[in-house]
Amino acid sequence: MVRIGAGAGFAGDRIDPAVDLAKRGKLDFLAFECVAERTLAYGHLARMADPGKGYHALIDRRLGAVLADCVKNGTTIVTNMGVANPRAAGRAVVELARRMGLKIRIAVVEGDDLTDTITPDTRLPEIGKTVREHGLRVAGANAYLGIDAILPALDQEPHVVITGRVADPSLFLAPLVHRFGWNVDDWPILGRGTAVGHLLECTTQVTGGYFADPPYKVVPDIAYLGFPYAEVDPDGTAVITKLEGTGGAVRELTVKEQLLYEVHDPSAYLTPDVTADFSTASIAEAGKDRVRISGVGGRERPATLKAIVGFDGGFLAEAEFSYAGAGAASRAELASAIVRERMVHIHRCNDRIRVDLIGVSALHATAGISSHADTRDVRLRAAMRTPDRLAAETLLAEVESLWLSGPAGGGGYRGTITPSVTTQAIYVERSAIELHVEVMQS
Amino acid sequence: MSRRTVPLREVASARTGDKGDIACISVWVYDPRDYADVKASLTAERVAAAYPDLWRGKVTRYEVPGLHGLNFVLRDALEGGVNASLNLDLHGKSFSFLLLALEVEVERP
Repeated sequence: MVRIGAGAGFAGDRIDPAVDLAKRGKLDFLAFECVAERTLAYGHLARMADPGKGYHALIDRRLGAVLADCVKNGTTIVTNMGVANPRAAGRAVVELARRMGLKIRIAVVEGDDLTDTITPDTRLPEIGKTVREHGLRVAGANAYLGIDAILPALDQEPHVVITGRVADPSLFLAPLVHRFGWNVDDWPILGRGTAVGHLLECTTQVTGGYFADPPYKVVPDIAYLGFPYAEVDPDGTAVITKLEGTGGAVRELTVKEQLLYEVHDPSAYLTPDVTADFSTASIAEAGKDRVRISGVGGRERPATLKAIVGFDGGFLAEAEFSYAGAGAASRAELASAIVRERMVHIHRCNDRIRVDLIGVSALHATAGISSHADTRDVRLRAAMRTPDRLAAETLLAEVESLWLSGPAGGGGYRGTITPSVTTQAIYVERSAIELHVEVMQS
Repeated sequence: MSRRTVPLREVASARTGDKGDIACISVWVYDPRDYADVKASLTAERVAAAYPDLWRGKVTRYEVPGLHGLNFVLRDALEGGVNASLNLDLHGKSFSFLLLALEVEVERP
């Protein structure tokens, strides 16, 4: 049996539950997933500004919290914290280990970075345009690598494997293939291992996070959700569970909800490794906070690899202002009209502006849903995307000017301008990838 | 036994995920005996027609009878996706509750 846990499910995930797993989990592997769709593009921008950066910003804190326990307990760490600069991340972990007095081996996986292969003539199939026609500056491009990139790194028997862009479930599937010696074309068993990775990769989303909806769905001790781990058998069936004494719950329903999370056709979940079939899965509770998953199938992997091209996407401007008390919604509506009027007629702004009235209608505004209650606490939120920093600043200034020039009793201004990236998917031949593993020692 | 109309939230849970401008919402009945009724009520056409200004594209429904689940894939549903949307909820995480607000007809004693 292999025991494999999840140490992070996104770049901002909690650290203390990973420490708990590292200390008490008796794990063979602990995988940290820290890269979202747009993370790579931000990483490339950071690397352009400083060639020594572009990897996961919290790498010292996140790995520093677990490294000593993982080394002591024989737990191999596998992570995509390399983001846009795996080699620099490897060097950072070497330094971290030296500071901690640990002698370790780190295997760095490279080959996902396709930035140099993107030309003005590269076609972007999602929008049917070339990069030139798209007109935005390319930040970087990376292919989703699979287990064939991670397995040679695991063959070096390292303490830590660091990658850039890999498919999330592959971070979990590769250790299982490595330890069990599964054939990389045994599609059904790769499907089962992929389901394990898919269930673990968002950490608490399988242990009671993104789930509670009282009174229908109640989660015990929800402030202290444990991160999940799996006990995987050589045939790929697995029990999803969490440490005793942690909060949350692993139930049939938490596992079912997560099985189809971000899945389109349940019978064809595409990864670089396999076309997994979740539609035939059996999910059954096997004790407290223990859920067994079996019956997942698999077919041949896709011929090409998906890659993401990131572009410099200008700025997202957001500004907020509040009205409370009698007539709050009417005063907020009046303020909204003022901001729109001035952006168009004084500032000649052509960018689309959205104004939400939080407390009346915001997240579901475009679905036509608003609160009809006598709302007495309303927050105006104006948002705009623009390539022009000055236009972004103008929106903030117009909302801020509501202090003096807006309806009565307004206050609580906040404004932010966020540099934005956008992404486009492309598909590349597997032969276009040159894999490389670099071993470093502390 | 009689037929009763209830909000989906009373008989099922739902979870939203996103990929680009596509939202996917899975629906799971609490009691397997409600699966056939929920399946009959909650067709792809009905979901597509529910919030046409927000969910603007084609809706595909996948059935997972072994787990008593339905999976809805909604194209052109995220106001351009995280790249373009001005919605506070860029990912449409809250959209499961739009689906849970729809009424379904189920059998009740």
